[in-house]
Parts: sequence; structure tokens; C-alpha cells
Amino acid sequence: MYDLLIAPFAEFDFMRRALVGVLALGVGAGPIGVLMMLRRMSLAGDAMAHAILPGAAVGFLAAGLNLFAMTVGGLVAGFAVALGAGAVARATQMKEDAALAAFYLISLALGVLLVSLRGSNVDLLHVLFGTVLALDDATLLLIVSISSLTLVALALAWRPLVLESVDPGFLRSVSRAGAPTHLIFLALVVMNLVGGFHALGTLLAVGLMMLPAAAGRFWTRELTTLVGVSVLIACSSGVLGLLVSYHSGVPSGPAIILVAGGAYALSVLFGPVGGLLPRFLPQRHLEA
Amino acid sequence: MGNVLAFRNLTLGYDRHPAVHHLDGDVAEGDLLAICGPNGAGKSTLLKGIAGVLTPLTGRIEGHVPAREIAYLPQAAEVDRSFPIDVYDLVSMGLWRRAGLFGGINRADRARIEHALAAVGLEGFEARPIGTLSGGQMQRALFARLLLQDARLLLLDEPFTALDAGTITDLTALVKRWNGEGRTVIAVLHDFELVRGLFPRTLLLAREAVAWGATGEVLTSHNLAEARRMCEAWDEDAPACGPVSGRAA
Repeated sequence: MYDLLIAPFAEFDFMRRALVGVLALGVGAGPIGVLMMLRRMSLAGDAMAHAILPGAAVGFLAAGLNLFAMTVGGLVAGFAVALGAGAVARATQMKEDAALAAFYLISLALGVLLVSLRGSNVDLLHVLFGTVLALDDATLLLIVSISSLTLVALALAWRPLVLESVDPGFLRSVSRAGAPTHLIFLALVVMNLVGGFHALGTLLAVGLMMLPAAAGRFWTRELTTLVGVSVLIACSSGVLGLLVSYHSGVPSGPAIILVAGGAYALSVLFGPVGGLLPRFLPQRHLEA
Repeated sequence: MGNVLAFRNLTLGYDRHPAVHHLDGDVAEGDLLAICGPNGAGKSTLLKGIAGVLTPLTGRIEGHVPAREIAYLPQAAEVDRSFPIDVYDLVSMGLWRRAGLFGGINRADRARIEHALAAVGLEGFEARPIGTLSGGQMQRALFARLLLQDARLLLLDEPFTALDAGTITDLTALVKRWNGEGRTVIAVLHDFELVRGLFPRTLLLAREAVAWGATGEVLTSHNLAEARRMCEAWDEDAPACGPVSGRAA
């Protein structure tokens, strides 16, 4: 048991760093994912990840495997797309999902163009799929800072965020907090994706947000519990994924997301809130 | 008593097409005003304008109540019924004006919430997820939220549509109570019987005001026929509306 669960972390420094990294990511990604799902933005995360990818790639091409350049590139591209799409959606009749699709496709095409001009894409796969087993101090610090900032920002903006998700019309009628709150939320999504891409890659980083949230929805009808369950699933997927990756030699990023995918599959099957099995179990209906 | 609202040559609309056209008039403090008219007459549009959701194309609404003193219940409230939140939390949103972004909810607030739930007949529903409520129960919950908003001007857009008689009785009693407390209530309604029974004053709207005054004098068969006639379809190629002075001449 010790060999299976504890030894990899006790013996290897890189595994301990990876552990800290995935736990921090899970704590931030859990609540963000829940809010994205409840605001019907589950696929917006994926679009945003595509938007970040070119920025990170451009940073990589400009300065090599440089944390600062890639982070700034990703943040700039992500913010540009999120703010642009958000602004268009609020100022015109266009729905946010359509605006987001337009903006991320522009960003993606621009990124591919820039990358192909430079012609060197040897290590680019490295960027796209992350390096959770090679997190250095600076990257860890970045991830942990993003998670901490996320938790603080969510704590401050929780009430308008929830209110805007439940009844946007009501929030508009009592307060002007809706638009700034939404922009703060989009910024948090971008930051968490940028934090996530160092460990899991730009595309898979979304997985640690959406899969735990989607799985958690099958276990509770209560928002606070849902956030707790999502964080729990995200963090344990991280730990289990690292162990699976260590023992079987498969790449760690996909392993982590696949474990989260397994948690989702189990939830769909056995979750007490609308899961398949409870639905098909022969149960007598209640009296009232 | 003074006016809470004054419409001055007010035109509201979408894509330059007027839905409410050159409306003039005053709403006195403490009024219990029904807005009636055919579909597409601009009733909901007018409420949106008062609520500040829609900006006038021309003219203006002089509001003598601050925006925070206005409570607005839209026709189809945009409540996401699948959101994992319970009745208690939904209703407590009505305390936004007191609690705002960060303010806590103290014992007096809790008492208010419980009182509001009791007033709409939803005791015992506190912990129910909003997704499990029936249409009538949901409307009761939204009325409880209105109750907590403690507003001076209430805007209700077809608040009794698709409700059973018992629910309508309970909710109209609340409207009466609000008005008795000196609050101004403006409601869009289609049920003339209800309007005649409850609302002393009526605005009959067909883009322009057909009649505005005491309900008995407004809801005549002549006026209603006139309203139907005036409420013709949106004209894609309508010319720009001229200056008001020319129009009045």
C-alpha cells in the first residue's frame, strides 16, 4: 500500500512538485468549473483554451520554453478573446457563445499563422500537452498564486455571480454589478486555464474544470456541496492520475484527465441525483 | 401626493420601430394602475422603460423615485429553474438593496424572509430546490422576493397569467396590501374583470395611449375596439416619424 500510494511522492522530488501543482489546480478549477457549467459555458472553456493556445505558442516561439513569455502570451490572447467576446455580447444583440466562437477562431488562425511563419514546432507539443512532472519553482508559484487569487476573487464576487446565473434579469434590475462580475469571472477562467496549461497543456486544462463539475452535478442539488464535491473530485483525480502515470508509465496529463473522466462515468451511472442506475432501479413512488 | 413618474413625449422601441409612441402622462404616488391593451401594444415595453432596462428612442421618463426603490417582475422571469439553489436563497435575493454585495443577513433579515414566505403561503418550502416548484409556487416565491425588496414602485408584468384562482386570490391580496401601504403598483393585465375589481385606474395602450383614467371610463367597448384597430402590425418600411410639433398640428 505504501509503495503504491505514498512512496512515489516520498521518494521523488518531481512527484511532490507535481502533487502540489495538481492539488492547487484542483482547488481553483473546481469552483470555476461549477460556475461555468451552471452558467451554460461548459464549452466556452474549450473555446477559451483554443484562444490561449496561440498566445502561449507565440510566447514560446519568441522566447523559447520561458515561463514568463508563455504565461503573458496566453493571458494576453485569453483576455483579448474573453473581453472582446464579452463586450460584443453585451453591446450588441449577438449571443455570447457565437461571439466567443468568432473571437477564438480568429485567435486560433492568427496563432497557427504566426507559428507556421517561424517554422520551428519541435517542442510545441510539449507546450500543448503540458509538463506536470517538470514543474519548476517559478511555475509552481504561478499556479499556486492563481489558485489563491481565484479563491479570494470568488469569495468576493460569489453573491453577484450566483445571482447572475440564477436570475440575470433580477440582478440587472437591482444592480449594475452584473457586467463587471461577468468580466471578472471570464478573467478568472483565463487565468486558471493559463495556470493549468503549464501542467496539463492548454487543451486538457479545461478537463480539470469541467469533468469534476459535471460529475458533481450527479451527487447533490445544493450549490455549496457541489463546489466541495467538484474540488474533491478534481484533487483526487490529480493525485490518482499522477499515481497511475507513475506506475504504468503513461503521460501524466492525459492520465489525470482520464481519471476525472472515470469519475464522471461512475457519477453518470451511480449518482443519486439523476444518475442512470437510481433511475432504473425499481422503486415505488412516494405518497406525496 | 406628488407624481412618482412622468412620461414626456415618450417613445420606446426596438431597431427604431416604436412600440410605445409619443406617450404623455403622470403616475401619482400611491396609484394602483393597470396597463391593458392588445398583444404588441407596448405594455411590456413601457414597463421595461420605467425599470430602466430599455432606453427611450425619444422623449423621457421623469422618475421621482430612485432606481433602487423600483421593483420589477418581468413577464417571463429569467430564473434558471435548473440552478441548484433553494427557495430560501431565491427569496432572500430580495434583500439585495439592504445587503448588497457583501452585507450579511442578520436575525432580523431572517425573520423578514420567513415572514415573506409565510405571506405568500410557502412556509415549509424553504429547503426545496427551485426546480421542484410548480408554476404557481414559483410565482409565489417571486412575490415573496418582491415583498422583501420593500420598493416604493412595483412593476408587475402579467403577474397572474397561467395561475389558478387560489393563487391569484392570494397574490392580489398582496398587491392590495402593498397599495394600502402607500406603494405605487403598475401592473400589465389582460383579465378585465380582475382590473375592474382591483385597479382604480387604467391605461389602455395601443402604442399610443387610447385612454388613461378611472378604470370604468377607460375599459369601454368603444375604447377597446379603438385599441384593437390602432395596434396594426410593424411596418418594415415605415418612414421616420416627424417632429412632434408637426405631428400635433
